[in-house]
Amino acid sequence: MSHDHDHNHDHDHDRTFQPDHPEPTSEAARVGLALRELLLEAGHYTRAEEAAMISRMQGASPDNGARLVARAWTDPAFKARLLDNGSDAITELGFDLRPAEFTVMENDDQEHNVIVCTLCSCYPRALLGMSPSWYKSRSYRSRLVREPRTVLAEFGVELSDDVHVRVHDSTAELRYMVLPQQPAGTEDWSEDRLRALVTRDSLIGTQRTLTATDTDADGAPFP
Amino acid sequence: MSQTNDPHDVGGLEAGPVERGEHDTAWWEWQVDAMVRLALGKGLISDFAELRDGIEHLTPADYEDLSYYERWAKSLAYTLVDKGVVTRDALEQKMREIAERQAQSS
Repeated sequence: MSHDHDHNHDHDHDRTFQPDHPEPTSEAARVGLALRELLLEAGHYTRAEEAAMISRMQGASPDNGARLVARAWTDPAFKARLLDNGSDAITELGFDLRPAEFTVMENDDQEHNVIVCTLCSCYPRALLGMSPSWYKSRSYRSRLVREPRTVLAEFGVELSDDVHVRVHDSTAELRYMVLPQQPAGTEDWSEDRLRALVTRDSLIGTQRTLTATDTDADGAPFP
Repeated sequence: MSQTNDPHDVGGLEAGPVERGEHDTAWWEWQVDAMVRLALGKGLISDFAELRDGIEHLTPADYEDLSYYERWAKSLAYTLVDKGVVTRDALEQKMREIAERQAQSS
């Protein structure tokens, strides 16, 4: 799909697509590509800026959220700041979601938190990486607010009746993350070791229990 | 009370099981994603609310049928045409060029 007949031009069409990705053929995708080329041609942004942005987004992963969790587990003062004002507290670790507000909800024995965006698919990507496609699915968005226990059970989260479930509906201006419970027996673990226990789904709330093993039984904690 | 939700407003509606697939992001999707972020960063759009406004202007059929980044593409186009950053004519011309390029290279 790459072609070199226009190698004398400086608009390098051959870099529009990566070789291992199919060219988009839908009308809506072409709208996006056409808009991109118009904005590049008008100098609203450069290819270098685009490359830097894509690289940054590809580099974001749930490990960022896991760092916040491990810090909160090992530093009670940080945890208090994180729960009090997430937007400000995460800047201490070099993260920034502003202008969106960022709120962290803590799980405990009586309460389980889970996040959704019913209107679209708002997600703290800088902290969790790309959202999974199920998070963006109509089914998850529709049903989580109506029957959270049923949806959570489908994810393997079994909650006893005395555990209260709170569903947090994200918006364009407000993002959430769940602070999962620290596994028992890890009280003296280092921050780095704890960080490796934290999974993406536990930060969304579609997983409740984290396991105190250094090697995740399901494979790598960050797929 | 009758429910006449806009197509994006799906909270609480009946729906089937959650499809647990996780798909790779295609390169053009990264480009659309970067475009949205850069449009925000460069002030072409003032905030996420303007993008949401574009999404909410999608037709119900578009909202049902389009993929995630297709929705972003169309909504950003709607917003930037609406704000006069690009013209609809230029956009349509560019889309024809891209379709021709794709036809040649396939």
